[in-house]
This record gives sequence, C-alpha cells and structure tokens, in this order.
Amino acid sequence: MNKQASQEGLSPYAWLLMGVGVLVTALVCISVGSVTLPLGTTWKTLLEAILGRVPQEGVAAPILLSVRTPRVVAAGLTGAALSLCGAAMQGLLRNPLADGSTLGVSSGASLGAVLAMALGLQIPGLPNAGPMVMAILFAFLSLLLILFLAYAFDRSFSTHTIILVGVIFSMFAGSLISLVIAFSGEMLRTITFWSMGSLAGASYTQGLLLLIALAVFGGLLLVRGGELNAFAIGEENAHHIGINVRRVKLEALVCVSAMIGVGVSIGGTIGFVGLIVPHIVRLITGPNHRKLLPAATLAGAVFLMLSDLLARTALSPVELPIGVVTSLIGASTFVAVIFRRRKRRAA
Amino acid sequence: MMLTASHITLKYGERKAVSDVSFSLQEGQWLMVIGPNGAGKSSLIAALSNTRPFQGKVTVRGQDIRILPPRPRAQAVGVLAQHQALHYAFTVEEVVRLGRYAHRNGWLAAHDPQGEAMVGQALQWTGMAELRERSVLTLSGGERQRVFLAQVLAQDPAILMLDEPAEALDLKYQKTLFELTDVWAAQPGKAVISVVHDLSVARRFGSHALLMRDGKCLAQGTKAEVLQPKHLNKAYGMDVGAWMRTLALPWAGYENGQNGNNQV
Repeated sequence: MNKQASQEGLSPYAWLLMGVGVLVTALVCISVGSVTLPLGTTWKTLLEAILGRVPQEGVAAPILLSVRTPRVVAAGLTGAALSLCGAAMQGLLRNPLADGSTLGVSSGASLGAVLAMALGLQIPGLPNAGPMVMAILFAFLSLLLILFLAYAFDRSFSTHTIILVGVIFSMFAGSLISLVIAFSGEMLRTITFWSMGSLAGASYTQGLLLLIALAVFGGLLLVRGGELNAFAIGEENAHHIGINVRRVKLEALVCVSAMIGVGVSIGGTIGFVGLIVPHIVRLITGPNHRKLLPAATLAGAVFLMLSDLLARTALSPVELPIGVVTSLIGASTFVAVIFRRRKRRAA
Repeated sequence: MMLTASHITLKYGERKAVSDVSFSLQEGQWLMVIGPNGAGKSSLIAALSNTRPFQGKVTVRGQDIRILPPRPRAQAVGVLAQHQALHYAFTVEEVVRLGRYAHRNGWLAAHDPQGEAMVGQALQWTGMAELRERSVLTLSGGERQRVFLAQVLAQDPAILMLDEPAEALDLKYQKTLFELTDVWAAQPGKAVISVVHDLSVARRFGSHALLMRDGKCLAQGTKAEVLQPKHLNKAYGMDVGAWMRTLALPWAGYENGQNGNNQV
C-alpha cells in the first residue's frame, strides 16, 4: 500500500521541500524592491500583522503590508493557477503545447476587460472592478460559446474539435480586441499596458478571489490526477478502463476556464507560465498527474513571484510588464531545456 | 447470456461500417471475429464496447451497455484496442495500474484490495515485470502491445475484447497471448471476443466464429460451421484452403532437423 502511495502521489518530503520553497520565495519577494528590507524585518512585520498586533512605526510596515504583500500573494496564486491549468490541459488534450489559453477562454476574458476599460465601465459599489467583473463574465460566456460550438460541430465532443474551436475563437476575440483598441482613444496606453500583464496595485480582495478560485476549481482538478493520466495516455483507453470521459472533460474545462477567467481579470494576459512550468516540472516528476499537478502548482507560484520581482526591480523605477518578463524567461528556458534534452538523447 | 448484440449498425458519415449484425455470446465462449480488411471487425468492437455511437442494442449480462455507468461497464467489458499512440513517458506500471480504475471507488480512497496482486500478475503474464519501471516511449511496438494487454488483464473484465491482439507481437508472445486467452475464457463468468487475421489461429483457438464482409455477417456459429471453404472463399474472394496449405508446405520436414522445403 505504501509502495502504491509513493508511486502515485508526491512524497511528504517533496511537499515539505516545495512548501518551504514557496514560503522562502514569497519572503524574499516581499523584502526586495525599491527599498530592500532585511528578511528578519519582513518576517517580524508579517508575523505581527498576522497575529493582529499593531506594527512598529516606520516605512517598512506600510510598504510591506499594503503594497508588496498583496502583490506577491496575487503573483503566487496567479502563477499557481496558470501552471496548474497548463498541466491539466496538456494532459487532457494530450498535447504538450496546450495551456490554459488553448481553449480560447483567456482571449474571451481579455475582450471583456478591454471592453470595460474602453467604455469606462464601472460597477456600482465596487470601485475599479469593472474590468475584473467583465473579464470573469466574458470568460464564462466564452466557455459556453466554445463548448456549444464544439458540441454542435461534433457530438462526440472530441479533443481535436475543442482545440480547433478554441484557436478560432481566440483569433476572433483577438481581432475584436484590436478593433476596440483602435477606437479606444486616450485609453490606448492603459489597455496596451494591461494586455501585457501586470500585477501592480493588486489588492487583498483580489488575492482572496484568486485563493477561492484556486481552492475550489484547482482542488477539483487536483483530485482528478488519475483521470488526467488516462486522458494523457489516450481518450479511447480512458473510456475502456471505465472513466466517464465526457463528464471529466467538461469538469476540467470548466475548472480551467474559471481559474483563467479570474487570473486574466487580475493580472491581464500572462503568457508562457502554463506552458513552460509544467513542462520543466514534468522532466523531474514524470508525467504522472498525481505528482505533476501539485508540483506544477507550487512551482508556478515560485516562477511568477520571481518573474514579478524581476519585472519591478530589473529596470527600477521603470516597471516591466510581467507578461514580457515571463515570455522572455519562458522562451529562453524552453529553448535551453529542449537543447539539453536533445543533447542528452544524442549522447 | 454474457452478451447479446441485436441489429448493430455503425456508420461513418453515410457509409455503414457495420450493417445489421446480431449474435450472442455465452459464458466460456471465445468468439473469433474474422473477415477481410474493411469488413467492419474493429467497428463491431467499437459498438460492442460503446466506444462509438451505433444503432441497435447491446446488452451485457442483461443490461443495456448504453445505460451502464462507466465503471460497471469497464468491469463487464475490457478492450485491447489497435494502435496506441503515446505522447508522455509514463512507466509500464503506471499504464498497467490504470486498468484497476474501474475497481476503485471514491475520489480519494483508492480501496482496491486485489489491485496490487492483479497488476503484478498481469505484468508477469505478459512478460513485462522486468520492464515495469521503463518509460513506455522507449518500448518497441510489440512491447507496447503487451503493456496494454497487461492493462486489460489487470482490469479483469467479464468479457475480454481483443482487436487484432497479435499484431506486432513476436512468436513467443503470440503463443503466450493465445494460450493465456484460452485459459482466461475457460474461467467461470468469462468470455472472449477477438478480431484475428490469422485463420490458423482461428482454427486452432476459440469456440465460435463470426465471419464478416462489407459490414455484414456472412456466417456465424461454431468454428466448424463457419470456417468452411464455402464461407471463407466467398468472404476473401480466393481459395483460402489452397493458400493456407501453401504457407504450411515449407515447414514439412522441419521437425526432423532438415531445413524444410523452401521451394513453393
């Protein structure tokens, strides 16, 4: 039994190691910035805040607690969600190049947010939440449309049809976004910067929203590791061994869409996380989703927290769009990983 | 009755791959589905296992296969399909272990007391125990076929459906496969349906046969009833007996240590 458990999930040691890795990364990212503080001060301030004590006077507490911590938390949770979505989609669609955006939902969410910004849409009672609410709304509407079209084209709901509809929908939403931008006038700069992705100004409320999405929808994906293994081997094989193929597929797509919708609404389009992180993690854990999914989730958190740190410190005081940073790191790492693998195989 | 198929029709677009095929299968029987290329043999397996939409009705142990939930369906029917394209480096054991999915209940609790033993036995039977830690991507076509055979054996279904199981297998494992299947079919509560191309195998193994051509059933019944020149020659459009004898001829005298007759 123990042997089976160790073969099928992450070992407690791996959990501990990765958990500590996430916490240390978070601590470093909160400490480092335009004003870098000693790790000890950061730790003490955070601990006091968590215990409900009034923090000491000085610049440290306001910077740490109201600016950096919510931003780092949002980065970690967004990275975790994007990476988990990517890992799940790569297994579900049996395609190592798939990620959360393959389905087209992230383009739909972007369209919603861009529309809200261009039209200056405000939600009564929720200041500055227009783009976020519209992004989530559009993510779900996109999912419904994509699933409806995929089902109308092909009653068997095949993976190929889903990818095809997703790609077509992404292009369609992309052209609508360009159209909105073309007529957006003075909002052009805001929209362009948002579309490159940024976690600047993230709030605790947004962090909480991300946490709920990750806990609910990410949790549902995490317990589906066995089923995703079967999908990654073959959909027909999954049917033969007794998996409810359509239900699991639908569940996974809804979970991915929900997380992508919330993620895009908060951080904009952040590319490459869902592609590169699961890919690298798979090299270490192997393709078994019972190990891959949790490991990719934690590694995604670390990756995006560090990318965000780089985005705000590399050319300080100018801040880089986080999507640009992840794509630069992602693309170069990807090439390096492929080169090393080919070289090793040749040897 | 283990399985009853009534008026099975399966279409790809407008083309009927299987056309109005009916038969039944009882406990202990091994049905050989034979026929030329494109006869609809694999499509028949796809319908019987509810893998593709079809018209007609399939009942397994009295229950409609379309209504059976996935797990009980997989406990009743296990399929070894043709051509398994693989994309990720799962280990042999991980793939075989998935065969136990239908026997595990609940989300988190993977309670399956017989699971370990069945997986181990399936790996032994197929000669894959030594390679259990190997990535399936590094295996040959025949070894991959044995991995999926081990998976379906670990699944332990009541009815085993094998779609051209000997394809890509070397002689040793062809022998193992068919002898193992023979033993399997003789167990209480089991039956086998297999698609085979080798008519010698169909003559040697199995209890019943179903001969197909152009989606239709040309003959069905016991082996002796179906594997007759009048049916086989019609189905394949050639003198089947003459060809099989021609193939056997070079082996004459082989047993005595001679080189055999290589002249055809």
